[in-house]
Amino acid sequence: MTRSPRLAGAGAVVRRRLLVAVPVLAATSVGMFALGAASPVDPAKQYAGAAAFTASEENLAQLRANWGVDDPLPVQYLRWIGNLVQGDLGWSTSRHEPVASVLAARAGWTLLLIGVSLALVLVASLLLGALAAYRRGGLFDRVLRTAAYAVQSMPVFWLGLAAIAVFALALGWLPAGGLTDVTATSTSWGDVAHHLILPVAVLAVSQAPWFVLFVRDAVAESMRDDHVLAARARGLPGRTVLFGHALRTALLPFLTLVGTHLPELVGGAVLVETVFSLPGLGAVTVAAALGSDFPLLAAITLVTTAVVLAANLATDLAYAAADPRVRLDG
Amino acid sequence: MADLTARVPLLRVARSRLRLRPGRAGVLVAGLVLLVAVAGSLLAPLVWPLDQSAVALDQTRLAPSWSHLAGTDDLGRDVAHRAVYGLRVSLLVGAVAALVATVLGGVVGGIAGTLGGRVDRILMRIVDTIAAMPHLLLGIFIVAMLRPSLGAVIASVGLTHWLSTARIVRSELLSLRTRPFIDAAISGGAGRLRVLTRHLLPHVLPRLALATTLMIPHAVWHETALSFLGLGLPPHLASLGNMINDGQGSLLTGAWWASLAPGAVIVVVTLAIAVIAARWRDRLDPRVRAELHL
Repeated sequence: MTRSPRLAGAGAVVRRRLLVAVPVLAATSVGMFALGAASPVDPAKQYAGAAAFTASEENLAQLRANWGVDDPLPVQYLRWIGNLVQGDLGWSTSRHEPVASVLAARAGWTLLLIGVSLALVLVASLLLGALAAYRRGGLFDRVLRTAAYAVQSMPVFWLGLAAIAVFALALGWLPAGGLTDVTATSTSWGDVAHHLILPVAVLAVSQAPWFVLFVRDAVAESMRDDHVLAARARGLPGRTVLFGHALRTALLPFLTLVGTHLPELVGGAVLVETVFSLPGLGAVTVAAALGSDFPLLAAITLVTTAVVLAANLATDLAYAAADPRVRLDG
Repeated sequence: MADLTARVPLLRVARSRLRLRPGRAGVLVAGLVLLVAVAGSLLAPLVWPLDQSAVALDQTRLAPSWSHLAGTDDLGRDVAHRAVYGLRVSLLVGAVAALVATVLGGVVGGIAGTLGGRVDRILMRIVDTIAAMPHLLLGIFIVAMLRPSLGAVIASVGLTHWLSTARIVRSELLSLRTRPFIDAAISGGAGRLRVLTRHLLPHVLPRLALATTLMIPHAVWHETALSFLGLGLPPHLASLGNMINDGQGSLLTGAWWASLAPGAVIVVVTLAIAVIAARWRDRLDPRVRAELHL
């Protein structure tokens, strides 16, 4: 079997990453479990809700026995983590259904929101950042940078409320929240798209400054590279030099940074979903937190972390595959 | 800490005899904004006391006017008045949480940077892995398990924000270790402890102070985000996040001003800290000139 020489070390890298990620995630899960065990909330009463006031002590004891919440903590931890590894994410006490089915029903909307926003941010930041770098210190560069710093200092939920105030309430162009029209009886994609314009735009705008500033700095840097100067000296048009030469060099490091920025996007998505009352993971997370729903919260946090780690690894491997100068040694 | 950020630029401005060059004007304005913000939030209880639980149901949702500069909210409370107290709470939480994060990050980064080698590699890999956890989710988890309170919010911010500080301290120490003056000190007979306290720390501390200052806006955002989700400070307490959350309801009935003032306060204070931190970084490291000159 012949392997691409560029990805020669890929297997070793994957193994080494796992060697660190698995113990760290395991340690984190112990920490989370300890925090959950120290929590003053009684899961049986939590589960019973208002009925806890009238439920007999036997019923509550039966609930505790069913879940084994009175077992020694290490036993409980091993049971929880064992189930988790086998794909059983547990039972959500705030939503009264399996955690896995909550994730299955909700994660899609969050992924859609994050995916579309990320695509928008990438296209816009590459375009705007490159244009700003072309005339460094020029009017466009200064305006864009000032705008980026201003947006960067706005909390995303406040930006969302401002967008609702302007585009939904004052102008009446777009709906203020929800996924479908209140009168709708079924989910049509056109309706959903119409409802997603504002949330996607808000998430994209709030994440854009970081990407725009990075692209701008990287392209400005590569505008001074020899091959870019040579291209200009040959008299190639500005657009070709900018997008064909300068941006191309700056593109690769950008790729890995996108991976490291994913956690920010997840946090932003949670807040945007709350502002626009979207039925994604955000609303469930907040409800689970208010109800101290340990299985659901822990599963959401650990699963997203695993997804982000996998995405980071994928971008690093893609980076190595795309750039022959990069050697996979870490 | 917040006090220091206000003092440093003012000293510098005083020294420059107030010559307003382009970059300086921004720093001067930012310094004034921060001075007003810090002094306002420290002195507010003396000058303009607020009864946190008071409501005026005959004055609900009044538009901004001379008697209510930022209008009133759903319960007839003066938005501008509560925003001052919200800033007070947010700056307090932000500063304390930033300090907690700095201590945590300083210890981890310090161990990695002074010991180097295998310890450094393992610690930094751990930091990288934890950095992959969405910190808002982790923060929500911590607050949910500890039940929402001031202490839980501070723990939530502190435990999720120490990674960048650890990285800064570690890389600073690693680069310092190779500098000739450290070799000179060691060959002059200085022991480990002396090198650490007399030669390494004085170089790391200014950077640590800068990192702490830059952390405050992040800590404030994290706190406001938690409060906005209803997971932060108790709802009757005026905090910037709580106020924006309250304002969400009145926004839909047309009272857009209830969320405007608290958000604007966050933006202005964050920008002021960013401008000053950028200038501060220029001073620390003149080779890498930051380009933030608003």
